[in-house]
Amino acid sequence: MPIVAALEGIEVDYPGRGRALGPFDFQLGAGEIVALVGPSGCGKSTALRLLAGLEPPTRGQVRRAAGRGETSVVFQSPTLAPWLSAAANVALPLELAGLRRGPARTAAAEQLRRVGLGGAERARPAQLSGGMAMRASLARALVTSPKVLLLDEPFAALDEITRRQLADDLLALWAEQLPAIVFVTHNVEEAVYMASRVVVMTPGPGRTAGEVIVEAPAPRPAGFRTTQGFRAAAERASELLRVAMGATA
Amino acid sequence: MRRWVGFLAPTLFIAILLGAWEAACRLLAVPDALLPPPSEIGQALWRNAGLLFVSAGRTLASALIAYAWVTLLANVAAVGAASSRIVEASFKPIAVALQVTPIVALAPMVAVWSGVEHPERAVVALAVVVGFFPIYSGSLAGLSATDPELERLFDLYGATGWQRLLRLRIPSAIPQALEGQKVGLGLALVGAVMGELSAGSGSTEGLAWRIMEASHRLEMAKSFAALVALALLGGALYVGFQAFEGAALAWWRGRPAQRR
Repeated sequence: MPIVAALEGIEVDYPGRGRALGPFDFQLGAGEIVALVGPSGCGKSTALRLLAGLEPPTRGQVRRAAGRGETSVVFQSPTLAPWLSAAANVALPLELAGLRRGPARTAAAEQLRRVGLGGAERARPAQLSGGMAMRASLARALVTSPKVLLLDEPFAALDEITRRQLADDLLALWAEQLPAIVFVTHNVEEAVYMASRVVVMTPGPGRTAGEVIVEAPAPRPAGFRTTQGFRAAAERASELLRVAMGATA
Repeated sequence: MRRWVGFLAPTLFIAILLGAWEAACRLLAVPDALLPPPSEIGQALWRNAGLLFVSAGRTLASALIAYAWVTLLANVAAVGAASSRIVEASFKPIAVALQVTPIVALAPMVAVWSGVEHPERAVVALAVVVGFFPIYSGSLAGLSATDPELERLFDLYGATGWQRLLRLRIPSAIPQALEGQKVGLGLALVGAVMGELSAGSGSTEGLAWRIMEASHRLEMAKSFAALVALALLGGALYVGFQAFEGAALAWWRGRPAQRR
């Protein structure tokens, strides 16, 4: 599996707040889904920003095979421009990259249909529910057909039913386009459900506490949450987290 | 019920005030040249309606011309300041000075610069100066208050400076910029009136000039009538802008306009 992004010997220090992350090493293979799990403040969002190229590390190397426009980010809040329609929001990355308005809007409408928002092209963010707004945000991230998709606790603000629905839909979308995904969460079960590999991080400054490989097909079969494999993986990840928390407490 | 209170309560209150004023003038036999009763003012308003209408048009024209200029100048300055710390820091003392100086003190100089034959230029210039600060600071605050995560997305998409300005910062600034524009419109009218009062020439023939002229002749009822016309003009501008702002914000947020 070719590597599309990697963090090597990364350390991030914030002035006045000390070490936020590291030393931390991480590799992302093409088309794989990796979850970063850790307590609040462990630097998992920082790791994501490094992978996105939005922030430089204090020490270490960030390697990115994906070029400009091939990496997309979805934040915890949908981060849609309120003055733009759903279609215009989704078309934005294409238009900023120089695509003309017509084709950009057509591609945006198609991507909205794929995330289950067909017919909502003209709706404004204020008219969308939380789940729909997150779908629009996902559509904006996917419209450029990215090689790397970075998700920073994308479902944290949603209710349980909506999150489960979105998790399944995201896996279905992944199966269509096969981007490599880094999924940041503090929810162990969500991490195991989404990812083929779960990286557990220590409390800040975050390091790798351990990894759990999840052996199951994606998208997940119905009832996957009740299977022995799911429970065992979730147990192992929880145990790693418990040990990591205990080590510093 | 609520809407009735909002309309009825102030109407009743103003009626009581006017009634008390009328009664006091009649009972105490106050001379008209000192304080005319509201009934006299009403008659003066009616008698001079044509003249006052033309004068209101003059004042309104001065205020709107100034408003167009100050909107252009203050927003260009705000975009400049938002784009560069150096520009913002350079503008700051001047912007603050403009805000804290009683602009009316500038009036005599401005009147000299514009020349005796062009008092209307002095009026417009003063209105521009008075309206500048709220528009500048409203737009600058709006331009500087962009959602940081949207900024990060623009970083990620490799947006150029122009794209960021036109597609992110200016549209983000609209709600706060409208607040500044609203205050600036009111102040442009204030500035125009100050300009007319200080230009000291009858050729402006605005409402402020009517007030001064009538006062000099001790035609107090006519002075008050012009003042009422000025208040109505200011009120109309405010209500008009309020409606425009409501519609613009409804468009910006993508929601139907809310009733106030």
